[in-house]
Amino acid sequence: MSSSLCSLTAPANPVEDLLRTDRMPHIWCPGCGIGTTVNCFSRALIDSKTDLSKLSIVSGIGCTGRVAGYVNLDSFHTTHGRAIPFATGLKLASPDMTVVVYSGDGDLFAIGGNHLIHAARRNVDLKVICVNNLTYAMTGGQTGPATPLDVITATAPYGTYDPAFNLPYLVEAAGAVYVARWTTFHVKQLARSMAEMFSKKGFGFIEIISPCPTLYQRRNKMGDGLDTMKFYKQMSKTKHGAPTNEVGLTKSGEIIVGKFVDRERPDFTTMMHAYLNQRLGDDYIPAEAPVCS
Amino acid sequence: MHADPIGVLTGSHFMDGDHAACEGAIAAGARFSAGYPITPSTEIVERFSHRAPKIGATFIQMEDELAASIAILGAVWGGVKAFTVTSGPGFSLMMEHIGYAAMTETPCVFIDVQRGGPSTGLPTLPAQGDMMQVRWGSHGDYEIIALCPNSPQECFDLTIQAFNLSEMYRVPVFVMMDEVVGHMTEKVVIPHATEIEVEPRHFTSKDKSAFQLFAPQGEEQTPEMAMAGDGYKVHVTGLTHDERGYPSMTPETQDRMVRRLVTKIRDNASKICLTEEHDLEDADVVVISYGITSRVAQRAVEMSRAEGIKVGSLRLITAWPFPEHIIRALAPKVKGLIVAELNLGQMVREVERCAGGKCRVVHVGHAGGTVHQPEDILKAIEEVVR
Repeated sequence: MSSSLCSLTAPANPVEDLLRTDRMPHIWCPGCGIGTTVNCFSRALIDSKTDLSKLSIVSGIGCTGRVAGYVNLDSFHTTHGRAIPFATGLKLASPDMTVVVYSGDGDLFAIGGNHLIHAARRNVDLKVICVNNLTYAMTGGQTGPATPLDVITATAPYGTYDPAFNLPYLVEAAGAVYVARWTTFHVKQLARSMAEMFSKKGFGFIEIISPCPTLYQRRNKMGDGLDTMKFYKQMSKTKHGAPTNEVGLTKSGEIIVGKFVDRERPDFTTMMHAYLNQRLGDDYIPAEAPVCS
Repeated sequence: MHADPIGVLTGSHFMDGDHAACEGAIAAGARFSAGYPITPSTEIVERFSHRAPKIGATFIQMEDELAASIAILGAVWGGVKAFTVTSGPGFSLMMEHIGYAAMTETPCVFIDVQRGGPSTGLPTLPAQGDMMQVRWGSHGDYEIIALCPNSPQECFDLTIQAFNLSEMYRVPVFVMMDEVVGHMTEKVVIPHATEIEVEPRHFTSKDKSAFQLFAPQGEEQTPEMAMAGDGYKVHVTGLTHDERGYPSMTPETQDRMVRRLVTKIRDNASKICLTEEHDLEDADVVVISYGITSRVAQRAVEMSRAEGIKVGSLRLITAWPFPEHIIRALAPKVKGLIVAELNLGQMVREVERCAGGKCRVVHVGHAGGTVHQPEDILKAIEEVVR
């Protein structure tokens, strides 16, 4: 046996610097996909050589809302549904900052839905990562805005009968300039997609279909985390540029993944500067990033 | 430090309270506001949206009050001073973020131009019906500071004071105006920038590995600040957290943290509290009032003095923390305390609590929609001394 295999010090994982390792172990269940998305996020930051001192992450409430607490960045765990307006204030006050919003489907599309569509409409330069586990997981697996039809949840014991939002379709309609969807099976594609979104100005959105074996898969007899990976592998189909009105999810049908939208539209700050410059001329004093005294 | 001259409109102005509050915010160094229109507060952000691009500030109109009240908190962590303004229904929607600001010790200012309630109530008419809501509106234990201007000049002065206190104690501070003060036009004198004291944000200079974002410092029991992008890799959460800001959901951390959120204000209450007192020494009866009601009360006091009644007056400039020490000292010396306010019994509960049965406490309430008649207060004074 070679001596290196016996060595007690394993080489450090390159993403470790990006994590608050003093906060481990994390709270996520075995088979949960959120940790996988954080790994992809970390690799995307490393690969894209993003200036980490000028990057903030803002989360709402829920299982995905806990991401902000585990990454070694300026990180804000806000109130339920309000990560986007917090991030909007942070971005406008600190225009040089890359601001990532990292939250779940319930937080972003139900209680926070109004903020999401308005930030997309304004094209605020935010990078929104939405982990869609199809349920309210932190509270025990209740019906959410993205829960497909005919699914058993804690509050739909006879199955859901209200239709789900098609998240990419909604976000595109509201004005996002970058819209993609992957599953936690697509780790390489997801990390590349994140890096691409970080480098694009404007309101970007990535939906990540992710398992909740404890509450969603178990109740619906869909197996464990590994079974869900097999399901994602089998059922997902990459279709870049797919019309978003055709990518809605069903309980056990095809999952269309890929980059759906990548378009140009001036972001909020660019529009603001252009207008105020034109209207006020020399009287316009743009807000500058504050410097701590 | 002194105010940044770029924002200060030095001179004498004829200005309403809403506009004066906006000028106060600018003089205090506010460079960000997020708003949602609601009568009778809208003029404040209308003026700010006009002024902002000429002073290096940003205004954004948000989609609702929930958004406005947390966008300002995001801006504060981005390093600027920020505020929002609202009235009754909007104030109700902001409650969760008042709790979040208290919990995360985010310095910020809310201006509430009070109107008649509950619900949509009287959008264009005055009340002082949010005085308990401002203190207790969000869930859990915490303390805030609330100031009550009674003139456009004070709307200017006290808004500056609000920003200063928010930085000193890392706490949300409230300027509790009302429709009459907001829309009344009077002379407002704005001093030279060098005559305006402004409290800077207390950014830490500690080593990045040693700094703790929630470790209390000094008599104020208030931690130093950092901002995003400064390399401190802050973690800010509404969960119960330890000195590092890390979630720690134990009864011990809860007790240590929440107790400090309360004591940092309560232990410094006598330093924070501002009052205006007249003729308290030999008074048989004292009229207690705040905001616009104090100006009606003043007339009632003059009328009763003309009748030879020994009446004093106490105006609460700071409503919260409540100036308990003053009421406790006053109650044994007088026959009665009269509390006049544009609600059906809010701050009077605090007066009754602190008077502890040592004298009569008479409430002169009013459901709002207009101000009191001085005669209503005079009648109560006469009744107490009779």
